[in-house]
Amino acid sequence: MMLPSGIPLTYPLVFGAILFGMGLYGALTQRNAIRILMCVELMLNAVNVNLVAFAATFWQAAAAGQVFALFVMTVAAAEVALALAIILILARREKHIDIERVHLLRW
Amino acid sequence: MVELAWLIPVLPLAAAFFIAVFGHRTTGQGDRVGIGAMSIAFLLSIGVLVDVMGGARLSQQFTWAVHGDLVLRLGYQVDPLAAVMLVVVTVVSLMVHIFSVGYMEGDVRYKRYYAVLSLFTFSMLGLVISDNLLFLFVFWELMGLCSYLLIGHYFEERANVHAANKAFLTTRVGDVGMFVGILVLFMAARTFRFDELTAAIADGTLSLPLLTVAAILLFIGPVGKSAQFPLHVWLPDAMAGPTPASALIHAATMVAAGVYLVARGYGLFAPVPQALEVVAWVGAFTALFAATIALVMEDIKKVLAYSTISQLGFMVAALGVGAYTAAVFHLMTHAFFKALLFLASGSVIHAVHSQNMHQMGGLFRKLPVTGWTWLIGAGALIGIPPLSGFWSKEEILLDAWHHNPPIFWVLVAAAALTAFYTTRATYLTFFGTPRDKHAYEHAHEGGRVMTYPLIILGALAAVSGFVAGPLASFVYFGEPHHASFDPFVFGVATVVWVVGVLLALAIYKFNLVSRRRIIQVFYPIWVVLKRRYYIDDVYQYVFVRGMIGLALVAGWIDRHVIDFVVNAVGWIARRVSEYVDDFDRGVVDGIVNGVGGAFVVGSRVFRQLQTGLVQSYMLVLLLGLLAGLAILVIGG
Repeated sequence: MMLPSGIPLTYPLVFGAILFGMGLYGALTQRNAIRILMCVELMLNAVNVNLVAFAATFWQAAAAGQVFALFVMTVAAAEVALALAIILILARREKHIDIERVHLLRW
Repeated sequence: MVELAWLIPVLPLAAAFFIAVFGHRTTGQGDRVGIGAMSIAFLLSIGVLVDVMGGARLSQQFTWAVHGDLVLRLGYQVDPLAAVMLVVVTVVSLMVHIFSVGYMEGDVRYKRYYAVLSLFTFSMLGLVISDNLLFLFVFWELMGLCSYLLIGHYFEERANVHAANKAFLTTRVGDVGMFVGILVLFMAARTFRFDELTAAIADGTLSLPLLTVAAILLFIGPVGKSAQFPLHVWLPDAMAGPTPASALIHAATMVAAGVYLVARGYGLFAPVPQALEVVAWVGAFTALFAATIALVMEDIKKVLAYSTISQLGFMVAALGVGAYTAAVFHLMTHAFFKALLFLASGSVIHAVHSQNMHQMGGLFRKLPVTGWTWLIGAGALIGIPPLSGFWSKEEILLDAWHHNPPIFWVLVAAAALTAFYTTRATYLTFFGTPRDKHAYEHAHEGGRVMTYPLIILGALAAVSGFVAGPLASFVYFGEPHHASFDPFVFGVATVVWVVGVLLALAIYKFNLVSRRRIIQVFYPIWVVLKRRYYIDDVYQYVFVRGMIGLALVAGWIDRHVIDFVVNAVGWIARRVSEYVDDFDRGVVDGIVNGVGGAFVVGSRVFRQLQTGLVQSYMLVLLLGLLAGLAILVIGG
């Protein structure tokens, strides 16, 4: 299986997996809220890569995957706006955005 | 009239209840009710006697109890023996009722006295017409109760209470033997009735060896109730009760119940000569034994008491030698003259306020009616013809001489002593110089209520002997009896009483031999007699103190052994509960608290999941997702 351009399918999938892994690692370990946000974006983009790769391989005519990728980007944008708003409120209240120092719902 | 015989006991019973409940509201506190009931009963009994003499008999039974296939039909009967007894009992009781109006005047328990008197008469009359041993036993015990109540009439004095207890307990001992005898008979013959028992003997259901045992056991009751040796000890002490009561129950009627029982149940004794032998010797011995004690008594009532015991011995001995008619005859005459003597002594006591003959003397001039009636009674007791006592005593001696000469001589000796002690008592009381001037001055006869009964009884004591002939063909066992005459017996008896009387007169009236000298010479014997052969003391030490000792031992055991065990159990229970408590606190509560503690610990651990850190939650999310994928891949 390969993409129309002749690249084997596995290349973009692995690439997407690596990206997703990096994004996951960052989302779980970083302290800065904005960094976490950027990692989440990275994960979303990795998913997009995955989607487009499959779409190019199997549904060249329908282009469903590419449309899906567009939706994901839209949702990502909206979600980033929301997340930034929350981080802003956090910054105003706590004067920092270190999530490891935010644990009011702790035991 | 004989069909109304059941009414005769019922009237005094009704009177007793009436007096007890309503007595305080009637005039005289119920004495008139008692006298009225007794008068009617007496008239009825005369009617019954006339009927029975004309040949009428009555036998009425009703179903008393049913147990499985055993049906007890019990009831009452009227035959010559019962008819005669009814008259004797009602007449003596009536005389006592009337006499008591004077004697018991002002007594604090007057009403109770009359109620018990009526109740007692009911019991005796009921006993007389019972046709079976069960009813007889019930009335027997009832009489014991009334005796106890009457002896203890003056219960403010502890001595009187002791006397009442002694009477009840001593007769109770007799009653136990009697009851065992009754049960033995019942076990063998399945009946209580006299006629059925007699039939059982005839057809062999009741074997003779067993009958011998049962008869002797049965006889133990009369030994108690009729004050035979060795259960005689209660009668002298019973003199603590009011004298008219003594006249009725301890002289004339209740003590005669034992004699009556043997007579009524003679069919049980006649086939077994060994039992009769026992009866005869107990009676004869008692007759002589009691007479010896009567010789030295100072208290006039005690003399009469021992005399009664002795005369009852005569009756019992008579039954023992087969002199059925003679025994019943003597029962009758004795009832009259002994009741007379007791009432007369009551009159004397009422006059001088003392029972000690050494404080009397010369009362014949001051108490003529009492004196003359006493003389008649004394003469009858000694057996001077033509008074009643002579006839009945003569018959007894006659039958004894013909059937059992040794018994005859014992009774003769007793008769001699009887003459002596009676003359002694008579002389000390009524003749000679008065020893207590003050009492003598104030002595006077009681009113008519006291003298009339004396006169009536005196008449009866004088003439009732003449029914000897008719009685013999009326009351008998087996074949009709004939009153006969034996010059030898007559001679011996006469010599004996004459000697007895003369000897007593010689000592007390003519002072031919000094009384003090005799006491000096026979001092040891005199002391033994005075102390009544120490029998009362022996009984006191052995039985009374023995029982008290036993009770003390039982009390000690109760306090130290039984209570020890009980307390030990309690102590153990306390200790065990302490351990249980520890267990409860330690183990059970430990578990409960432990469970709670576990939750606390667990929650402390699980709480740590709530870090509040978003990134931890995300990690968990990732891990869960991976786990789900794994399951999906592996499971699928």
